[in-house]
Amino acid sequence: MMSGRTIADMTAVEVRDAIERKEVSAREVAEAALARVEELDAHVHAFNQVCPDLALQAAARIDAMVAAGEALPPLAGVPAGIKDNMNLVGTRTTCSSRILQDYESVYTCTAVQRLLDAGALPVGKCNLDEFAFGSSTENSAFGPTRNPWDLERVPGGSSGGSAAAVAARMVAVSLGSDTGGSIRQPGALTGTVAVKPTYGRVSRYGLVAFASSLDQIGPFARTVEDAALVLQAIAGKDPLDATSVDEPVDDYRAALDAGVEGLRVGLVTDMLDIEGCAAEVREAVEGAARTLAALGAEVGEVALPMSRHGLSAYYIIGPAEASSNLARFDGIRYGHRVKDAEDVLDLYMRSRAEGFGPESIRRIMLGTYALSAGYYEAYYGQAQKTRTLIIREFAEAFERFDVLLTPTSPTVAFKLGEKASDPLAMYLSDVYTIPLNLAGLPGISVPVGLCPSTGLPIGAQIAARHFDEAAMFRAAAALERALALDMVPPLVRK
Amino acid sequence: MAISEHDVRHVALLARLALTNEQVQHLARELSSILDHIGEIQALDLDGVEPTSHPFPVRNVMRRDEVRPGLSRDLALKNAPEARDGAFVIPRIVGAEEGA
Repeated sequence: MMSGRTIADMTAVEVRDAIERKEVSAREVAEAALARVEELDAHVHAFNQVCPDLALQAAARIDAMVAAGEALPPLAGVPAGIKDNMNLVGTRTTCSSRILQDYESVYTCTAVQRLLDAGALPVGKCNLDEFAFGSSTENSAFGPTRNPWDLERVPGGSSGGSAAAVAARMVAVSLGSDTGGSIRQPGALTGTVAVKPTYGRVSRYGLVAFASSLDQIGPFARTVEDAALVLQAIAGKDPLDATSVDEPVDDYRAALDAGVEGLRVGLVTDMLDIEGCAAEVREAVEGAARTLAALGAEVGEVALPMSRHGLSAYYIIGPAEASSNLARFDGIRYGHRVKDAEDVLDLYMRSRAEGFGPESIRRIMLGTYALSAGYYEAYYGQAQKTRTLIIREFAEAFERFDVLLTPTSPTVAFKLGEKASDPLAMYLSDVYTIPLNLAGLPGISVPVGLCPSTGLPIGAQIAARHFDEAAMFRAAAALERALALDMVPPLVRK
Repeated sequence: MAISEHDVRHVALLARLALTNEQVQHLARELSSILDHIGEIQALDLDGVEPTSHPFPVRNVMRRDEVRPGLSRDLALKNAPEARDGAFVIPRIVGAEEGA
């Protein structure tokens, strides 16, 4: 045991080092994680399914390597959560939907396989908004996830389970997926480090598709270093995903100690002026900019006026692609099927209507409408052109700056039910994160403060050029070190 | 942009969703309100701008057409709501007389 801290409090780096030094076994680490889930998950509901057998089997393999004196892989013995829209043989992959509630994975997602090959222990499958449609994890068919900082508040979404599991120290790291902010926004709301890599940096094979031109898998962790290690493990070309890109993967850990001397940081000022951005969020992000400047970064200001149209473009392009991707759930090959169908059309129509929840139906309808005859050009065509201008605007900003700084989300974690009946208000919580998905750019959310009135975490988003995750890790690590925030939620402190 | 209940029923058929009357009424209001907001991009002057369907240029990815192991039939059928003799079972599509 470590002095004063439990095994569950250890970071991924600490876990691996302690196992290598034989201070703790991988089995003890797995048991500690499972005990923490047992203790807290009745309150938090971060997991749809816990898989103790898989975790203990993986731990046994690591302990055998230790006993044999073999070199350990980079995430040896690190307990990990996996968003329940990624396939892992031996688990169900439900997407938190009734339509897939009994679906058994028949193959394993490439990013998950790479995480396991790096030695991680799969603790369970994490809750999400159904099919990743949402920003609060309230749209899960199996009930909402709660924020470990305040159980009356949401953890953000859609990867709310993955974020809450890491924040509550049930696992050291987790995987989420991000289509419009679904990793970064819950990262900000739970005080965790959360990364959306460049589009194509990580394989999407085995991730249930939401919007194929926007989706990307990435890590949650409690430190920038842990997040960097997980991305290092899962990044790279995969022959099974033709959109994964064959670009060299930088040494992210090396970037962590580079400092920010001379790094050109653009504070995106017009995004801070957006109506609905809370004063405390604005102050924390401006404070982060001052901290970076004090550390030697060249901080300047930049405006991204096209990005404010990103939200509209996203709520056309995202649903349009989703409506196509979700056509596969037809009650024929897998998923929920009504028992008494009169014919095939009746089978399709009632199986889907019974299986999908309200937000999935809303998005499928929105997307189908936007793609339908007579409206295609007015909505989808216009959104695709807006996307072009957003990409161009970022390219110009990155001629002057190495990274761009914005809030991750306009507010701290909101209360359960607060936005549930107002889809538009919910959609607005992704206003800062969406433009990066449209442009395919990488972004990280890193904690930059606690709200003075509520004590809840505030995150800043750092964006970088395509495939320059190293620059964003560099800035995030410098901020983390300088701010030295205590990000332990009250639930864990007790 | 107001969406009528008639529009909602048409789109629901395209999307293969059997909606209740209550859902239709609800969605007509909600989709109208969402489209009112996101329809703001129709006011942008985007003449001559190329549409983007993918964040950066992609090419077709080719590989040799070689036989490789794939998902076995048993696994492919594992999650089928109904399967028989190595196939998915579905309701009759063609009428009995036509199919004879």
